[in-house]
Amino acid sequence: MSETITIKPVTRVEGHGKITITIDNNGNVEDAKFHVTQFRGFEKLCEGRPFYEMPSLVERICGICPISHSIASAKACDAILGVRIPHVAVKLRRLLNCGEFIQSHALSFFHLSAPDLLMGFDSDPARRNIFGLIESHPSIAMDGVKLRKIGQEIILSFAGKRIHPAWVVPGGVNQPLSEQSRQKIVDMIPEAYEIVERTLSWFKSSIEKHREEIRTFSNFPTMFMGLVDEHGNLEHLEGKLRFIDSKGAILNDNIEPFRYHDFIGESVESWSYLKSPYYLPLGYPDGIYRAGPAARLNVCNGCGTPKADQEWAEFISLERGPVMSSFYNHYARLIEILYSIELLENLLNDSDILDKHVRAFAQPNHFEGVGVVEAPRGTLIHHYKVDREGLITWANMIVATGNNNLAMNRGVLQVARRFINGTQITESARNRIEGVIRAFDPCLSCSTHAINGKSGLSIELVTMDGNTLDEV
Amino acid sequence: MSKTRVATTWLDGCSGCHMSFLDIDERIVELASMIELVYSPIVDTKEFPENVDVTLVEGAISSDADIEEIINIRKNTKVLISFGDCAVSANVPAMRNRFERREVIDRAYIENANNNNHAPYQNIPGLMKSARPVHEFVQVDLFLQGCPPPSEAIYGVLSQLLAGEYPDLKGKTRFGA
Ligand code: SF4
Repeated sequence: MSETITIKPVTRVEGHGKITITIDNNGNVEDAKFHVTQFRGFEKLCEGRPFYEMPSLVERICGICPISHSIASAKACDAILGVRIPHVAVKLRRLLNCGEFIQSHALSFFHLSAPDLLMGFDSDPARRNIFGLIESHPSIAMDGVKLRKIGQEIILSFAGKRIHPAWVVPGGVNQPLSEQSRQKIVDMIPEAYEIVERTLSWFKSSIEKHREEIRTFSNFPTMFMGLVDEHGNLEHLEGKLRFIDSKGAILNDNIEPFRYHDFIGESVESWSYLKSPYYLPLGYPDGIYRAGPAARLNVCNGCGTPKADQEWAEFISLERGPVMSSFYNHYARLIEILYSIELLENLLNDSDILDKHVRAFAQPNHFEGVGVVEAPRGTLIHHYKVDREGLITWANMIVATGNNNLAMNRGVLQVARRFINGTQITESARNRIEGVIRAFDPCLSCSTHAINGKSGLSIELVTMDGNTLDEV
Repeated sequence: MSKTRVATTWLDGCSGCHMSFLDIDERIVELASMIELVYSPIVDTKEFPENVDVTLVEGAISSDADIEEIINIRKNTKVLISFGDCAVSANVPAMRNRFERREVIDRAYIENANNNNHAPYQNIPGLMKSARPVHEFVQVDLFLQGCPPPSEAIYGVLSQLLAGEYPDLKGKTRFGA
């Protein structure tokens, strides 16, 4: 008789999920599933609302990456207006987005994953969290708290509120940047550099310690997807989509965001509220691909800023082709923080950055619009249809975390096979199974933008006839 | 002196209220010396513990699992705080209430899917007909509104509770802001 282990809830991730692992008669791991247990219904609940409310409404999909949702949404609305937004508004949105990447990546790296990386995957679960880290590694914990704060303060300086600001609007942004705010952000940059450079150096020197995690955290060939700019460089807001195969060869390039539906399909599984996007030309589930920090560094030709480019060159030489282990997402996050600080520094020194013309006005000129951005967790797509009055009649959203659903599920299976023996799940096996999920930094409140369930992620060992054996 | 036992959870919310909590920034160190976070998405406890002094609940009640969880929390908590507009009024999650549950699910899993189109049903919580505020299910001791509540208000409530005072929220927070 086969049996099932349940891990529930999965902790130190953003949202609701559990894991079930099926063990066969011989005590071998047969299957593993990552269940997202929350559903929120945004694609329907926005129906009937004026399109211009959308950037503020969809921020409430996620308190960690509200900026990504507001910009993807505003871009879809720009397309409905049919306007080209002022040049400086593009830059201001980009600057705001840098603040978000800094705070969101800092949260994932320091608050959620650093306890595993520094205290060890096998350390005492009661202490293995940000509070434990404050005691065991106080200066690193403070680096995390400060870096996250810098990101949030940047957002505050532009948008007037740290979480769910109402600054990004259809047609641009609703206030120019003041010299005072510009100076305030410029003053924060040196400390941000210091923290991320210090962190990169200890992280790189500790990589050797995590050989087993590197070997098993979703380390298998898949395609990768991400936005790139016109030179093929890393791009978070304005680029076009690129897919590469597992060898690194470009499969499709220069995909205009509004054509996403020609390349990305969405599949449903009966056991999860999170759908699984796949590369349409290859079908389901062969069309497995990954998005997010490491995927972006895999698909691009470089970052386009000097310090990040140096780190990128080191990153990309980890393996002969694309970097396969999703463990390296932790590394990629730090590189993207560095890139965001450089971008911030460059743009804040642009001569026109204080320009007052930051918004284009128009009535809705088109009935449909698509907006695509790279959110911290991966490619984020908002697609709306409106009626003559500009009221939303239909919406589709493919959220960053969804892109990685297939890979997270396979990764959970890979780690379970390596670390589970028999029908008992040890504490250290459990934490590594959750660790692979953390490497993707999934945002499950986002991913289930679509209604809701149990707090946290949970892991379950289940028999083939459905009896729960062990639950964590 | 033993530390005050604090728990936090999110139900049908966006995690924004929790992020606003983290927005107390460096004061987290000071807080760490006074409270023990016994259950929260950011620590590894799997079961909601007994004898919790204060629990902050973010999000509306939307699924059968949420109901089960909130009842268990109430049983084991002295002071239960509705944390943010979603918990207080059901806020954004309640925007789905004007549609049939079927329609909301069909949009996501039937209309907006290319493969295997059907409503998920296995090994996941069942969705309620409508998203509801927390106090419809259990007694709530304190309402902390805001979307999210400002970190100053969160810090203020906790420090006043730690000092043994009844929190005064006047002028510190309001709906929506
Ligand atoms: S009240 Fe606002 S910030 Fe808090 S969970 Fe609800 S939508 Fe998010």
